[in-house]
Amino acid sequence: MSVQTEAASARPKVSPLYDPKVRSVAFQVLLCAALGFLVYVAVSNAHENLSRQKIATGLGFWNNLAGFPISQTLLDYSERYSTYGQAFWVGLLNTLLVAVVGIVLATLLGFTMGIARLSKNILVAGVARWYVEIVRNLPLLLQLLFWYNAVLKALPSVRDSAQLPFGIFLNNRGLFSPRPDPEPLFDFVWLALGFGVVATIAFRWWARKRQEATGAQAPVGWVTLGLIVGLPVLVFLLLGRPIAFDYPAATRFNIGGGMVLQPEFLALLFGLTIYTGAFITEVVRAGILAVSHGQTEAAYALGLRPNITTKLIIIPQAMRVIIPPLTSQYLNLTKNSSLAVFVGYPDLANVFTGTVLNQTGQAIEVVGITMMVYLTISLGTSFVMNIYNNRKALVER
Amino acid sequence: MKTNILVSAAFGAVAALVAGSASAGTLDNVKQKGFLQCGSNTGLAGFGQPDAQGNWTGLDVDFCRAIAAAVFNDASKVKFVPLSAKDRFTALQSGEVDVLVRNTTWTISRDTSLGLNFTGVNYYDGQGFMVRKSLKVASALELNGASVCVQQGTTTELNLADYFRANKIQLKSVTFASSDETLKAYEAGRCDAFTTDASGLYAERLRLAQPDEHLVLPEIISKEPLGPAVRHGDDQWFDIVKWVGYAQLTAEELGVDQKNVDAMLKSDNPDIKRLLGTEGKFGEALGLPNDWAYRVIKLVGNYGESFERTVGQGSPLKIKRGLNALWNKGGLQYAPPIR
Repeated sequence: MSVQTEAASARPKVSPLYDPKVRSVAFQVLLCAALGFLVYVAVSNAHENLSRQKIATGLGFWNNLAGFPISQTLLDYSERYSTYGQAFWVGLLNTLLVAVVGIVLATLLGFTMGIARLSKNILVAGVARWYVEIVRNLPLLLQLLFWYNAVLKALPSVRDSAQLPFGIFLNNRGLFSPRPDPEPLFDFVWLALGFGVVATIAFRWWARKRQEATGAQAPVGWVTLGLIVGLPVLVFLLLGRPIAFDYPAATRFNIGGGMVLQPEFLALLFGLTIYTGAFITEVVRAGILAVSHGQTEAAYALGLRPNITTKLIIIPQAMRVIIPPLTSQYLNLTKNSSLAVFVGYPDLANVFTGTVLNQTGQAIEVVGITMMVYLTISLGTSFVMNIYNNRKALVER
Repeated sequence: MKTNILVSAAFGAVAALVAGSASAGTLDNVKQKGFLQCGSNTGLAGFGQPDAQGNWTGLDVDFCRAIAAAVFNDASKVKFVPLSAKDRFTALQSGEVDVLVRNTTWTISRDTSLGLNFTGVNYYDGQGFMVRKSLKVASALELNGASVCVQQGTTTELNLADYFRANKIQLKSVTFASSDETLKAYEAGRCDAFTTDASGLYAERLRLAQPDEHLVLPEIISKEPLGPAVRHGDDQWFDIVKWVGYAQLTAEELGVDQKNVDAMLKSDNPDIKRLLGTEGKFGEALGLPNDWAYRVIKLVGNYGESFERTVGQGSPLKIKRGLNALWNKGGLQYAPPIR
């Protein structure tokens, strides 16, 4: 009797063929093996074919002399001595530059337009609406070409450069401005700026504590301005303006000296900002509309003015809805920056998968590296935005 | 579109992995397909350009037709695959095209590390500059500090840097993906000078709104031997492409052309007999019928005819033979004997 109960309480013996656990594990192992085999075949086949056709492989080209010039370099680069590796870094920085500036500007534009889109003023709302409808429905490449040609055609030629105040020149080769050359004493200005930032953080912390304890508000905005802008400027003036300027001047063909913002950069930045801004506008609008109208009414009932309501009640709650789709717009902007080659801006895709790929002929390596770079940038952006999202997310108690 | 290029490059790479092993006998493949796949320019007047009806014309195009004539006895059995400067080598490596005839400069690195073989030179070119006449520049050496518009993925980019470096001239280059964009930027005044191979300069100048306001400078700053390329490792196909070119040169040298080739079949000149296959079995050794060269001349013409029709006096470009004249007329075009 007792033996029988024991047997009945034990799990019924099932063939492993019909055990769902065994089955699912087996299928996954099989799938992994098949994938692994596929990758192995592809890699070994590629290697064999490349060596049979005597096509160079490997990363040996990295330290070879590049020998081609790049029109915009944030690092020290010259066709006389720089390597393909340095060309890669120059291209990468150019990509990051346009992506970061573009993200900041597109966010500003998108938030402004998103709020304008919901304005009670028909004109303001209408402008925002048409902006979105037109820009969002045209291909980005067309817009880039439009901006580039608009920039080139609208601006004066180099020989009839427009002369602006402060020694600035504007023509269809760019915006030329004086380049500041800091003297050694200028380091103190940086020091003052650093001190200002630290002091601001400390002051804000103190002001918040005091407000929580007593309810008294401190003039945070003015103190911040004074510490971060006023203090360095004061130090700068006290030290006797330790800075020299290299002014641009007309040479036989171009404008030499100074700093230059090239039309290629401006066109790409314009195009990306305006295009992505339209999408962000819609994201912001959706986010604001997602906040229940009761919140606005409650704020009004407490006597808050409309702009304070928007700033303190609506936007913080809307951010929870906005951040995830905003992240994908940031990623889109970064990836779309690879259209740079069509307007001649030397970004990573232009310099590396363009010229370097062609000079070395090593398509697999170069394209592979470029993919890794874009993947890293995108995952990095997502990572940062996820941290921000987690901080803003609704904390349930 | 940029991503498309990346994707196609990646696919090209994958295709290289998969298709490469099957391309042992290009001649057999071509015969089996029933047509020749020829990598050509996306549109360069005189070398390879489709007209409004989709008919391709040009010196490089004629070369492709000549190969088709030798293989199929039909010069129209060619499919032209327009390739950008950047994608051309990947297309050849991966087997997407059987031969690349796309005004491609023969250099040691391309010959050795890209898995290609250049079969010869069908046009001796050199890089030059075009500027606006209003700049009052008479020589490229006066271009110190000038901006230059240049197309990406070409030897042009490197020559430019070398030349300016050698002459201690400062240079600002702006690089574009396509020749269209490059030319448009130059025309809009973004650059002072436009640079490409001299033959290309004449062709592109005709596309400007006011060609007369622009001037091609006299300096030729590089050697640009343009020629057809095939994949490494198929010697039979390499020989065929090489000798199709030589046959056209030999025909010109011997005075055999499209009009008189039938009459020449009865010629007593042993050189002509060997060329046209009435004597010897040189075609068989190539894997072709013995009248292979007759077909080329009958259907496409000799080198001189092809040259004059596409880039020479019979074309809008009006380029002189210059270096491309036969060796016995002061040029560099020289074919080894057919014997």
